[in-house]
Amino acid sequence: MSNLKILVGCKRVIDFAVKVRVNSAKKAVETANIKHSLNPFDEIAVEEALRLREKLGNNVIKEVIALTCGPPKAQEQLRTALAMGADRAIHVEVGKDDNDVANILQPLAVAKLFKAIVEKEQPSLVIFGKQAIDDDASQTGQMLAGLLNWPQATFASKVELNGDKLTVTREVDGGLETISSKLPAVVTTDLRLNEPRFATLPNIMKAKKKPLVKFTPDQLSVDITPRLETISVVEPPARQGGSKVGTVDELISKLKEAGAL
Amino acid sequence: MSNPLKYQVRDLYKKLLFLGREYPSGYENFFRPKLKAAFLKNRDLKNYHEIKKAIDLGEYVIKELETLYYLRKYRSLKRSYYN
Repeated sequence: MSNLKILVGCKRVIDFAVKVRVNSAKKAVETANIKHSLNPFDEIAVEEALRLREKLGNNVIKEVIALTCGPPKAQEQLRTALAMGADRAIHVEVGKDDNDVANILQPLAVAKLFKAIVEKEQPSLVIFGKQAIDDDASQTGQMLAGLLNWPQATFASKVELNGDKLTVTREVDGGLETISSKLPAVVTTDLRLNEPRFATLPNIMKAKKKPLVKFTPDQLSVDITPRLETISVVEPPARQGGSKVGTVDELISKLKEAGAL
Repeated sequence: MSNPLKYQVRDLYKKLLFLGREYPSGYENFFRPKLKAAFLKNRDLKNYHEIKKAIDLGEYVIKELETLYYLRKYRSLKRSYYN
């Protein structure tokens, strides 16, 4: 098989190094003026698409397309994917800013938008990160596979493509599982699949010239009404400080108090 | 300064500045002054091979920084999802 297209999902998330804070309404986290970046698992997905192409050649894999659903600023993350080496990008614009998007966009809606794009572009392989580091839903890839009725290989730690046969090694509890399927298929990537390359400055400059197409959910005639309501968001309990004990007796009485003895 | 390596040096400086923006100890107060000092230290190099060697060292630092950032990300993900 040749002339394959690979579609890669890219999500704009709060950077992994940022300390996340809950907003005053207790319904979401603060997103204003906070550094955002490409979801690290999606970086792994982009890298895997590029590695497949480098291994099999440009004749076999014609195009790597980055796709995101998100606010206007999500373009930055698409440019990162383009700088890593994707050929072109598609941006489904949803919401005005990051806060807006967190309220509107849920995995089912994203999967439906992806389905609309998949029907337009006819890719043979869709690669996602296994989950986004902001909502940790880990649903979009699975839902897309369900909607399209395609085979899915989740939590991939090794991906091999031979003709139209896809062999994926998955990380499961207590070991590895190897499965194979035919294309088209959906793959979601695990942490140990590869080491993503760095988007270098010259490549970021070049990426500004690569094509980027915009759509709105209306143009794709997809209903993105939220089906879930967030009741509340709370921070994890603060760690209780330890204390020093002077004598063994004190230690034992403390342990008894805590129910450890 | 009409050295043929002029543009390579400037290019290297720009690349390093860009990478420095994510440096854990800070950019404005740590990375930028350090980088500038490191370049100024070599301002008097005239010999082609000496300059070339300094550029190679810079390229090596770029690779080190990229690896540092990758490991930082990998470790933080591993800590939050795999332990």
